[in-house]
Formats: sequence, C-alpha cells, structure tokens
Amino acid sequence: MSVGLISLLLLVLAALGFVVGRQRAVASVNGDARRLHSLPNYYGTGVALFTAVPAFLLMIVWLLVQPVVIETRVTEMILPEDIAGGSSRDLVMSDVRRIAEGVDVLAARGMAEGEIARLAVDVAALKTRLADAGVALASDINPHVAEAAAVYRADVATGRAWLAVATLALAVAGFLLAAMQVTPEFRARNVVERFIRILLIGASSVAVLTTIGIILSLVFESWHFFRLYPAKDFFLSLTWAPKFGGGSSLGIWPLLWGTLYVSAIALLVAVPVGLMAAIYLSEYASKRLRGIAKPALEILAGIPSIVYGLFALMTVGPFLRDWFAQPLGLGDSSSSVMTAGVVMGIMLIPYVSSLSDDIINAVPQALRDGSYGLGATQSETVKQVVFPAALPGIVGAILMAASRAIGETMIVVLGAGAAAKLSLNPFEAMTTVTVKIVSQLTGDTEFASPETLVAFALGLTLFVFTLGLNVLALYIVRKYREQYE
Amino acid sequence: MNDMRLTERAVTEKAKMSARGVQVHYGTNHALKDVDVDILDKTVTAFIGPSGCGKSTFLRCLNRMNDTVASARVTGKIEMDGQDIYDPRVDPVQLRAKVGMVFQKPNPFPKSIYDNVAYGPKIHGLTRTKAELDEVVESSLRKAALWNEVKDRLAAPGTGLSGGQQQRLCIARAVATSPEVLLMDEPCSALDPIATAQVEELIDELRAQFSVVIVTHSMQQAARVSQRTAFFHLGSLVEYGETGTIFTSPRDPRTESYITGRIG
Repeated sequence: MSVGLISLLLLVLAALGFVVGRQRAVASVNGDARRLHSLPNYYGTGVALFTAVPAFLLMIVWLLVQPVVIETRVTEMILPEDIAGGSSRDLVMSDVRRIAEGVDVLAARGMAEGEIARLAVDVAALKTRLADAGVALASDINPHVAEAAAVYRADVATGRAWLAVATLALAVAGFLLAAMQVTPEFRARNVVERFIRILLIGASSVAVLTTIGIILSLVFESWHFFRLYPAKDFFLSLTWAPKFGGGSSLGIWPLLWGTLYVSAIALLVAVPVGLMAAIYLSEYASKRLRGIAKPALEILAGIPSIVYGLFALMTVGPFLRDWFAQPLGLGDSSSSVMTAGVVMGIMLIPYVSSLSDDIINAVPQALRDGSYGLGATQSETVKQVVFPAALPGIVGAILMAASRAIGETMIVVLGAGAAAKLSLNPFEAMTTVTVKIVSQLTGDTEFASPETLVAFALGLTLFVFTLGLNVLALYIVRKYREQYE
Repeated sequence: MNDMRLTERAVTEKAKMSARGVQVHYGTNHALKDVDVDILDKTVTAFIGPSGCGKSTFLRCLNRMNDTVASARVTGKIEMDGQDIYDPRVDPVQLRAKVGMVFQKPNPFPKSIYDNVAYGPKIHGLTRTKAELDEVVESSLRKAALWNEVKDRLAAPGTGLSGGQQQRLCIARAVATSPEVLLMDEPCSALDPIATAQVEELIDELRAQFSVVIVTHSMQQAARVSQRTAFFHLGSLVEYGETGTIFTSPRDPRTESYITGRIG
C-alpha cells in the first residue's frame, strides 16, 4: 500500500472520527448541547486529532528509519570481493538501489513475480531487461549484487506492508480510545487546546533542530577540511588559488575582502536612499501618493536577484566602465565591485525603506505634536524627534539589509566576476565568499579534497560573520530601547 | 462646591488673545460653532464641558495645531495682540513658539532631560552660549518645580521619569521657549492626585508670567486654578465669565446642570 493511499485512509478515518465524536457527544446528552462541557465540535476535533496525528507521526518516523535499517542489512550482504577495484561500497550500494528500482519498473509494467525471481539468477538477461526499463549499468552485474538487490526490494516491500498495518492500527486504536472517552463531563476543549499546544511546540522545535543540524554539518565538514588543510593558511594567507591537482592556496582574505567591499558599497547606496525614501513616504507624502508609491517600491523587492544580475551585466557594468572606469583610468573591466555593489544597493533599497517606513510610522503622534507645539518645523521634528525615536528599529533594518548583502550570490557572479583579488580599486573585478562556495562545489567533484571541503569552511565563516552581525543588531536595539521607551 | 479653595480672582482686563466667530469643521463634522472668547493677559482661563464639546478643538485653534490635521478647516478670526494669527503672513511655526502647548499625556522626547528642555531654545536660537542655555534649562526646570528632583541626573532619559515628573518636564519644555500664552490640554488627566496638586500649584505660579489656558474635565480643578471659565457644550460656547460667578450663579441652565452633575 503506497504512502499516499495510507495518508488518504488516515484522513478518511479522521473525518469519520470527527463525525462520530461529535455525534456521540450530542447523543450522550440527548441532543441538549448546553449540558456538554465543551461545544460538540471540540469532541469531534478531539477524536479526529487522536486518530490522525499519532498515526501520521509514526508514518514519518517509519519512513525516516526504514531506509537506514534496510541499507545496513543489505550492506552487510556485500562481501569485500564484490567490490571491484577503483569502486567503493557506496558505489556498489547505489548499483543495488538502481537494480531494485529498475526491477520495480519492470514489475509495474506487468512482469510476473515468478519471471522476476528467474531474472535475479540470470544476470545477463537482467541487464538487458533493465536497459529496456531505462536503467543502464556500466559493468556486468555481479550475481551477489543481484541477490542483494532482490533482498533489498523484498525488504522495502515488507517494510511498506508493515508500515500500512502499523499506522492504520494506531489510527484505529486512537479513534476507539478517544471515542470511548466522550462523555458530557469530558473537557474536550481543554484537551484539544493542549493537543494543539503540543503540535505548536513540535513545529517550533523543528525549526530550531534544523538550524542545529545545519550548524553541526557545517562544523563537521569544516573539521574535515582543517584536517587536510592548515587552519593557519586558511585564515592568514592572502592568496586564493585552488588547484584540483593539489598544492592550492586557500586563503580566505581575498574572498572576505570582496564580500565586505561589495556589501559596503551596497549599503552606501541602499541606506541613504532607502532612509530618505522612508522619511518622505511616512512624514511628507500625502495618503494617496503613499498608497501608490509604497507598493511600487516594494515591487523592487519582488524581483529575483538573477534579474538584478542581468541588469548589472548588461547595463550598469558597461555604463560604469565607459563613463567612470575608463575616463578615470581605473580599469576597463565591466565586471567590478562597483557594478555589483550599486546593483545590490538598488536591490536593498526597498528592504531598508519599507522596514524603516513601518518603524517611523510607529513613532507615536504625541511626540510629533509635542515638537510642533514648541514651534518646531516639520524637518526639525523629523531630524531631532522622530528619527532618534525610530533609530533602534532603523539600525535593525540596516543590519538585516547587510546580512542579505553578505549572502547575495547571483548579482556578484554576473556583476563582479569570479576573480579573487585583494585590491582597493572599486572598478576591478573581485569576488565574494558565496560565489566561491558555489564554484568550488559545482561540477563532478567528490567531497574528499580540500578544494571542495573548503566550501564548508567558507560557509561556516560566513555563518559566524552574519551571526555576529545579528548579535550586534540585537545589542544595539536593546541598548537604545532601554533608553527610549 | 463649598470645599473649593477659590483662588484670588484679581485679574487684569487686558485681552491677550481674542476669538470672534470661530468655526471648525473636521470633514463634514461641524465641531465648533461660532465661538467668541477673550483670553486675558496673565490669567488662568479654564475650558470645561463634557467630552466632545469642542473645548480641545478650540484650544488647538489658538496655536494652529489644527493645521497638522489634514481634514480640519478653521474659519472666523483669532487675534493675538491685535494680529490675526490665521493671516497668511503669520508663520504657524513662529506662532507656536509664542503659544506653547502641554498635552494630555506626558510626551517627553526620547532624549535626556536636559535636551528635552533645551529643545525649544535650540531650534529657535534663543541662546548664544552653552552657559546661557544651561541657565535657561535650569530656570525652566525651577519654574516647573522639577529642578530639585532632576538636577543630579540631567543626562538621564526624560522617559525614565515618573508620570507626574514627565508632565512637569513637558511644562518646563514649553516654558523654556518663553511663550506668551501656555495652552494645556487636560494636563492632569494621566496623573495621580499628588502630581496633580503639584501641577496645579505650578499653573498658579506661571500666571505671573503669561496667560494660561487649561482644558479640564475636573470642575474642582477649574475652580481651584482658574480666574476665568468657559463652558462648552455640543460645539458651542454656552457661558464665559469670572470663575466664581460661573460656579456660584451661572446664567445658563445648561451650565448649572453640568456643574451640578446632571449632564456630562
């Protein structure tokens, strides 16, 4: 029975549970719902939740655990001599999985199980039939591997069957247990609310646990990298020259410098423009203009960054080269830090302006009135009262924009190029940490050499960096908030 | 009414501000109808009346704060020292420096106590040196009876003070620009009785220097602090006169009903 079908059955059971629970509740007081502790729908919801949720949780856990268990069992079957020279246990296991999948395709096309059993012994025939099914294998199939594939396939099928039995049994058990509990005194409302609270806690812990998982995987892979490549060179070397043959120089500074340089230019563009736009929109613009201009500005935020990248490549880059870089004698490359920075700044304007606008709007009108009442003009009021009051929030908005600038990749690839360089000239091509992470991991590479593993160390550095920035933002906001509120 | 401590009623008869036929519309709502009032110099004038009667609206006409409300339209004539304040040649910003305002809820700026008081003098360039500014800040805080409480922590944020202190800070802030008229919109409604007593005492002292106009919901307060009282009802000025007269022998039956608690 497939997972989709099981889910459907569970949902049907839950719906049935709702109806039954509700009816039992109403029937238990002879139709007078006022004598129930809770509204009848709560009884129904309670039964439905107890039917569906534990069963679905079991299904999720089962689907996560089953492949691991089967994989271990089958891996044990493969003997060391089955692994050909230059191959590895992992590659053989992937063959096993592919054969099993191919056989599944054959079975789905109507091949009888008896014939499949015969194929498992006749490896040459198996290979041709598999090729028909779209599974091409490089070498001849080792009979032992074919046998492992058959076991694998059988285990998956049994697992599925037990999964169906177990989840449906749990659902029915939950259904019956919950339905039996329905009495007029049963506090269905409280139970349902507690149940939902637990669900909410579960949902929030998923987010936290994922974050922890991501950090752990980064740390783990970075640790691998630092075993292969000295940390001193990574953090102190000033050259970035990866060579896949070996003997690379993997210093982070050129990349970090590029990141900071591009982000700084982006913020120099985005912060003044965004803030002034926000002040205009929130303090000066008429209601009608604001109604039009604010959404228009926010459309900028909806443009995918690759489109900004194209804009950088086709328009801004050549423009800056022809009108600034070449006349000033600063270079003749259309990819430059300036190009990427300016375009990224344009991308960040709506973030800064939209967030700041909301924050400025939240400054109480009483403060403005107080200032006007003392004979201050509008601009004095904005500069000396509204802006300082909104500052903590605005700093938060700017640091959010900074985090985005540091993590941005596409605009840099298309706007600033991919050359890792340490230079002060803003019209020279440079690159950033994120771009290099992408370029080190694209292509057919195995995760064993320092040239690929460096991506994780770069990612970890970037993560620590943005984490620091966020902590700083929190600190600033807290500090000023104490003073202002 | 016997418990009221009626203050000394001697006042000059010179009008500082005079309003004639003032009408205010908020959109289609006719909020104030044909109001004539003379605000006397160096006098405390109280505006009383039930909620929504137009007393705050009229107060906000006196320093053109209604200009900041987009839908408000003011007609009629309001003069200050013989000059029409709605004349296009009058800069509302300058006017508000001369007609200070204290609001219902204390609204200190998110700045230090010192900067709160120095705000007005700074933007109007009233002082030339830091020492002069220090002096203005100190004398304003003294006038607001706040100096002794805050003199050791002038750099602390004004928002950290208690409600009553905040309101006195707002009064000091308004006094610092040396206004000729001080408008107070229910300045004690967010304060406890002790802070209220302090602010009331203050109002009486401020009268020596300029006219004070106070909007209040408390008739006792009006009787305690003011020399002139105006009673508003449903957007019209019902009765205006000497406070003692209004409270002891009102001419209009509506005034009598209000001060004896039958309407409101």
